[in-house]
Amino acid sequence: MHNFDFVKPSSVADAVRALSAEGAQALSGGQTLLPTMKQRLAAPAVLVSLTGIADTKGVSLSGGALSVGGATTHAVVAQEARKHYPALADLAGGIGDPAVRSRGTIGGSLANNDPSACYPAAVLASGATVITDRRRIAADDFFQGMFATALHDGEIITGVLFPIPEKAAYVKFNQPASRFALTGVFVAKYGSGVRVAVTGASANGVFRWTEAERALSASFTPAAIAGLSLPSEGMIADLHGSAAYRANLARVLTGRGVASAH
Amino acid sequence: MPKDGGIGASTVRREDIRFLTGKGRYTADINLRGQAYACFLRSEVAHGRINRIDTAEARAMPGVLAVMTGADFAAMGGNPAGWHIPSRNGEAMKEPKRPVLAHGKVRHVGDAYAVVVAETLEQARDAAGAVVADITELPAVVDMAQAVANPDLRVHDEIANNVCFDWGWIEDNRAAVDAAFKTAPHVTTLELVNNRLVPNAMEPRASIGDYDPGTGDYKLYTTSQNPHLSRLLISAFVMGIPENKLTVIAPDVGGGFGSKIYHYGEEAAVLAASRALNRPVKWVADRSESFLSDAHGRDHVTRIELATDLEGNFLALRTETLANVGAYLSNFATATPTFLHGTLMAGPYRTPLVYVNVKAVFTNTAPVDAYRGAGRPEATFSIERVVDKMCRELKLDPVAVRRKNLIQPDQYPYTTPVGLVYDTGNYPATLDKLIEIADFSGFEARRAESARRGKLRGLGLSTWIEACGIAPSNLVGVLGARVGLYDAATVRVNATGNISVMTGAHSHGQGHETVFAQIVSDKLGIPASSIDIVHGDTSKIPFGMGSYGSRSLAVGGSAMVKAVDKIIAKGKKIAAHMLEAAEGDIVFEDGKFSVTGTDKSKTFGEIAFSAYVPHNYPLESLEPGLEETAFYDPANFTYPAGAYACEVEVDAETGRVEVVGFACADDFGNVMNPMIVNGQVHGGVAQGIGQALLEAAAYDDNGQLLTGSYMDYAMPRADDLPMFTVDHSCNTPCTHNPLGVKGCGEAGAIGSPPAVVNAVIDALHRGGHTHVTHIDMPLTPSRVWSAIQN
Repeated sequence: MHNFDFVKPSSVADAVRALSAEGAQALSGGQTLLPTMKQRLAAPAVLVSLTGIADTKGVSLSGGALSVGGATTHAVVAQEARKHYPALADLAGGIGDPAVRSRGTIGGSLANNDPSACYPAAVLASGATVITDRRRIAADDFFQGMFATALHDGEIITGVLFPIPEKAAYVKFNQPASRFALTGVFVAKYGSGVRVAVTGASANGVFRWTEAERALSASFTPAAIAGLSLPSEGMIADLHGSAAYRANLARVLTGRGVASAH
Repeated sequence: MPKDGGIGASTVRREDIRFLTGKGRYTADINLRGQAYACFLRSEVAHGRINRIDTAEARAMPGVLAVMTGADFAAMGGNPAGWHIPSRNGEAMKEPKRPVLAHGKVRHVGDAYAVVVAETLEQARDAAGAVVADITELPAVVDMAQAVANPDLRVHDEIANNVCFDWGWIEDNRAAVDAAFKTAPHVTTLELVNNRLVPNAMEPRASIGDYDPGTGDYKLYTTSQNPHLSRLLISAFVMGIPENKLTVIAPDVGGGFGSKIYHYGEEAAVLAASRALNRPVKWVADRSESFLSDAHGRDHVTRIELATDLEGNFLALRTETLANVGAYLSNFATATPTFLHGTLMAGPYRTPLVYVNVKAVFTNTAPVDAYRGAGRPEATFSIERVVDKMCRELKLDPVAVRRKNLIQPDQYPYTTPVGLVYDTGNYPATLDKLIEIADFSGFEARRAESARRGKLRGLGLSTWIEACGIAPSNLVGVLGARVGLYDAATVRVNATGNISVMTGAHSHGQGHETVFAQIVSDKLGIPASSIDIVHGDTSKIPFGMGSYGSRSLAVGGSAMVKAVDKIIAKGKKIAAHMLEAAEGDIVFEDGKFSVTGTDKSKTFGEIAFSAYVPHNYPLESLEPGLEETAFYDPANFTYPAGAYACEVEVDAETGRVEVVGFACADDFGNVMNPMIVNGQVHGGVAQGIGQALLEAAAYDDNGQLLTGSYMDYAMPRADDLPMFTVDHSCNTPCTHNPLGVKGCGEAGAIGSPPAVVNAVIDALHRGGHTHVTHIDMPLTPSRVWSAIQN
C-alpha cells in the first residue's frame, strides 16, 4: 500500500468538496478498494471516507418504501430491513462473512457494481431509486455494465429507496472460492407485475430477465417459467462455470426464487 | 486404561495454549536488531530470456541497501534433487540447475530473479518497482502432453521433450503384465487427472538471514519442516557455508503439508544479503507469493487399466502416468511420483501382476513436490476409481469385490509385486468396521429421504494403504535417495530430575510437544509436566531428518524410545551401585528402581541427582551425567491402512455436491493420543474433500496462474464438511518399531478423494445418469452439471 491522506467529512457537502481534490477517491466500507490498494493496484492520493456522515446511515420507512442510507452496512440491513423487506435482509445477511458485513455498505457495493455482487440484483428487481448528492436515478438507468454505473466522478450515493413488494426472494448460488454470486437471482412480485434480476451471470453485469417477468406476472408459479430458457450468449464463462452453466443456473434459481418467495 | 497422561491418553495439546492466546513465535514474529527487509522480484511471464536487469534507479531509492540479481548467485551451487531416478533404459535423470535466483531465463510465473533489500519493507517494495527487467517472453509449455510431444518447446534448452525421466516399475515384470492383459476376460480402462493443488499452509513462508561478522556464524530463521535437512542442503550444495557455522532455526511453523520440507532460494538469498550487509535480512511471503512460488502438489495425468476375470478377481494392473515436476526439480519431486507412488500400486489387494510407468515432465509452472500423502493419494485414487468403474461395468458389488481381493490377515508378511513387504494388517476388519460405522444398511432409507427432497444420494467407498514412516536408509539408498532417512533424539535428564527431550522431528501443527511428552512420561514414570520437547533448532537438536511422510512418531518417536531405554539401562547401573545389588536384580517400574524381591528402591529423581552429584557413584566404571542420544533407522516402512465411506447428495439441476456423511475405519497400529489422531484424520479428510470437490491450481495456456488468490482457489471451509465418524479400533501394531505405531498424518488425504468421487458417480447412476463413468477432480458444480448434460 502506498501512502495516502485520509479525511472523514461529517456532511455530504463536505464529502463532495473533498472528492473534488486531485487524486481523491471515495471510501465506503473498503471491501474492494482496500485490498486493491494493498496490492498496489490502486494508489489514490486522498481517501474520503463516507462513513462519518450520520444522515447516510440507517434503514427507515419512507412513504411505503424502504429507505436505506448509502453508508449503511450489510449487517445493519440484514437486521433492520427484516420486518419490512425480508428478502432484502436475506440478501444482505448472505454477503461475504460477518467481517465483510460489518464493514461493507450498500452504497459502496452499488457504486462498484461488481458483476457478481448481490445488491445490484435487489435494486434492479425492486425497481429501486438510487439517490445521490445531486439527483435520483432509476435502477433501470443506474447499472451500465460490468463495473460501470450512471454515477459521475465524485457523485456520492446517499441512499436507496426500495418499493416494498408483496413477495420476494433472493437465491444465490455461491462461486465456490470467493462465495460471490456465481449466479444470483432476485425475484420480486409487485401489484404492478413481477421483476426478475440476475447477477453474476452476464458479462454486462446485472440484468432483468424480461421473458420470465412476463410469464411470472401472468402466473407467479415455478411452472410458469419451466419451459423458458436463457440464451448463453453474453454470459460469463470462466473456471467456475461455462456460459451455458450460468444460463442454466439463472433459470433454475429463478424457479427456486418463485417457490420460496415470502 | 492408559496411565494418566501416558501412552493412549487423549491429553489436551499443551502447545495450543500458546497458539490460541497469540503467544506462538513464528518466523514473522521474530525481529532482530538492525534488520533490513527483502522484497523479491518475480517473473510475470511463464518463460522468458533475461536480457538485462537494470538496478541503477532502484539502488538510488531511499533506504535501499542492496539489489541482487541472479548474476550475483551464478557461481553458487544449485538446489539439488534429493533422489536420483534412472530411466527404464538406464539413462540418468535430467537435473537442470536450480539457481538461488533465476539467471539467463525465467521459467515460471513467480520465478524470482532479483531481490531488493532496504531499511523498511515499504522502501524495498517501492524500489522493487523501479527495477527494470528486460525479459523477452518465450513460448510457454504448460500442458504435459504438449511438453512431451513438441520438441520445439523446451523449459530447459538442454532437455529435449522436457522429460526428466521415464521410469518403469518393475521393468522386469512388464512382459508378464502385458501378457496377462492379452488373455484377461475383462479389462477396465480409465483416464484421469489428479489435480494440481496449492498447499496453502496458514503461515506463508518466511526467512531471516542473520550473519554475525564477529564470529562468522550464520543463523537462518525459517519456515521449515526439517531444519537439519535445510542446513545440509544450504551447506553442502548451495552456499558452501560450513555446517558448523550455520544454525537453522524453524520456530513455531504454521502448517506445511510438505511445502516446507524443501529448501527454497529465498533462504539462501537472505543469508547472502545478510553476509553482504552485516545485518539481519528478513523476508515474509505474502499470500500471492505463496500461491506462485510454494511447491505445488499432485498434478498427474494417468491412464490406468485393470484386468479381471468376470467375477471381479484382479489379474493385473497397468498404469502410465505423466507427472508434472514444474520448471525445476524441488528436493523430493523425483521421489514423489515414483517410489512414493509406483510402489503403492498394489494397494491393499492381492493383484498378482502390476506395472507402473511414470514420465516426469518439466513445464513452465511452479515446481511440484510432495504434498500431504505425496504420491500415495495419487496411487490410491487411480486404483480405487478403476476398481469402482470395473464393478459398474461387470455389475458387481463394490464391497464384495474389494473384500475378495484384499490381502488376508494370514498372508503377512506380504510381498507385493511392486517391491514392498507389508509387515502386518487386517484389511477385512477395517472394511467390516466401516460398513458398521457408516451404517451401510441404512443407506437405502437415507437415499429415499433425499429423493423426496429432490436430491440424488450416493455412497462411495475406498480402501487404502500407504507406506510411511519413511524410511530404511539402506533400502532408499539402493533406490536412489541421496540422504539417509533415520531420525534422532537426545533425552537429557537434568540434575533435579526433570527432562528435556531434543528431537529431530519438527512439529508444525501435529502436537509433538504433547505426544512425545506422553510417551517419555509413560516410559519413565515422570509426570509429563516435567518433560519438555525441544525441536526446530539445529544448535540444540541432534541430526534428524524432520517431519513429513507420517514419520515423526514411527521414526523420531522410536529414536526417542531408544534413548529412553538407554537412560533406564544407565539408571539401573547407578541404582545397583547405590542399592548394593547386582545390576541384573534391578527392576525399573513406575519411576522407581527396585531390587527385585526386596523393598529396597531408589526413585528416578534420586538416581538423576546421583548422576550429577556423583558422591556415591561407580565412577571407575560409569561416567557421571544422565543424557543419552539415539539414532533410529527403521527396518521397513510402516503400512497404515483403512477403509473410507463417503455419502453425498447431488443437486442434479445445479450440479452441486454436498458431502453429507464421511466415515473412516483406520489401522494406525498403536495409538498414542486418540484425540490427536482423530484431529489428524479430520484434517486429512478435509484436505481430501477439498481436492475432490473444490481445489485446483489452474494455469492458462500462457502459464499464468488463474487461481492465484482465494477469490478463485477454493479452500474447504467448515460448512463444506460433514461431521466425521472416525474409528481406529482395528489396529494391528507395527511389527518392527518399539511403539508399534504406523503414522496417521496423511491417511485422511489419501483415502478420501476416491471415496468422494465414487459417491458422486454412484449418486448419478442411481439417479439414472448412467452415461457418466468419470468426472475429473475437482467435482465442481459446473463440471458435475456438464457431465449430467452430456
